[in-house]
Amino acid sequence: MSTPIAEHSHEAHGHGHDGEFSHPMPIWMLLTVFVTLLALTVLTVYQSTFNLGNVEIWLSLTIATIKAGLVIAFFMHLLWDKPLNMIIILSSLIFVALFLGFTMMDAQGYRENLIMTPTLEESQPAVIEVATSK
Amino acid sequence: MTTAVAPAPTEHDHHEHPSWLAHHFDDAEQQFDAGKMGMWLFLVTEVLFFSGMFCAYALYRNRNPEVFEFCSTFLNEKLGAINTGVLLFSSLTMAWAVRASQLKETKTLIGMLGATLGCAAIFLGVKAVEYSHKWALGLFPGKFYISQVAGAPHSEVPYLWYLSIAPLVMLVCFILYYIYGIVTASKFHLRVAGPLVIAAACFFGGVGLGLVLEAEEGHGDTHASASHQEHSADHAHTDAAIPTVNLLSTDTAPLNDVATTPAESNTPDSSVNQKGMAGLFFSIYYCMTGVHAFHILGGMLVITWLIVKAANLEFHSKYYGPVDNVGLYWHLVDFIWIFLFPLLYLIT
Repeated sequence: MSTPIAEHSHEAHGHGHDGEFSHPMPIWMLLTVFVTLLALTVLTVYQSTFNLGNVEIWLSLTIATIKAGLVIAFFMHLLWDKPLNMIIILSSLIFVALFLGFTMMDAQGYRENLIMTPTLEESQPAVIEVATSK
Repeated sequence: MTTAVAPAPTEHDHHEHPSWLAHHFDDAEQQFDAGKMGMWLFLVTEVLFFSGMFCAYALYRNRNPEVFEFCSTFLNEKLGAINTGVLLFSSLTMAWAVRASQLKETKTLIGMLGATLGCAAIFLGVKAVEYSHKWALGLFPGKFYISQVAGAPHSEVPYLWYLSIAPLVMLVCFILYYIYGIVTASKFHLRVAGPLVIAAACFFGGVGLGLVLEAEEGHGDTHASASHQEHSADHAHTDAAIPTVNLLSTDTAPLNDVATTPAESNTPDSSVNQKGMAGLFFSIYYCMTGVHAFHILGGMLVITWLIVKAANLEFHSKYYGPVDNVGLYWHLVDFIWIFLFPLLYLIT
């Protein structure tokens, strides 16, 4: 009933000896990642109190991406995972970038034809006619 | 394979293998790797699924940024930040649970899974406060959106009670289950029931936390009076006598006077405060946060399953795949929220 796990630190990459493949994360590492994530959350809340205009969304997205990266790399253990799994998840991010990027390019392409503010509720039919005849 | 918990022979008598190792796998590592790769593939579909909603968000925000500025004043930043912290903590406990399952620390494992479950319940409790508050204001999705007017009374429908019925029933059931565990003196039942009772109670802890923070915010009808700390939430709504001018004069933030603008006025903001604009924002808001909340519920179900297995002492260093894979799923749910929080709540 006893398992040979005691000597298994996180540095010892599991493959190889004795069919042992688990490598538990050390507690200090989990706690450090957690505290960093909390600090970044505080930072992103704090930066939202300033009015930074257009920079703001990119700043908060950058912080969110760093946080997401920490979660994936450490909590999800991707740094110690099989390279194939890394390729799988990173490829999904590439496809998301393609998806969002092309949709936004498309939206910019017909932006001048967009009805930027929908009609007020009472005058809907008339304005829709104007818009479609354009 | 001498380390098997219960190397019980099954009906496949051609070759001996422990009960936790499916017989179509060569060894424990192959089984683990196959399961984990399957999980990552599932997470890819999840990422792509959510990216559809992020795409809708990006298109709409790109087209009508003023709608997002107006509507995000109705989202309570504090509650969002608290929920972010709660989810991050639940990610920590989940990662710790994976470690405990690898080290066969059953008590730590059940404790950490219970903590994760409790955090999920707190998250949903806070969410219930947020949703019920928005529904009371008439902030519904799409065509159900009710234009916000300063001084309008709140709806009297007790949405928060409706949302609390299911957790209340579950809390009672879990307590009964716990009592059953005491009566039968079954260690297994007690190990399962304990975390479940605590988690169900955590929902109401979350509701309490949400209500306290919501009241602290001291928002009035249009949230423009957020700076009026002297008004408790309930007083501000019913007090129709508060003149809008008064609210405007005390606020310096440019957004606040957007929010105080009544729908009938001729200011450009009145075009935002209607079904086709703000209503569409709330469609996106409810869709994204709602689907995320359903993922939390699904995660709670599978964590409960893990607690049952852990109470059965099924996990060890060669068989912890279920904990690891549920952990991956749980971190993904956290991952999605990490993006949702700044994109929805922190718009200025």
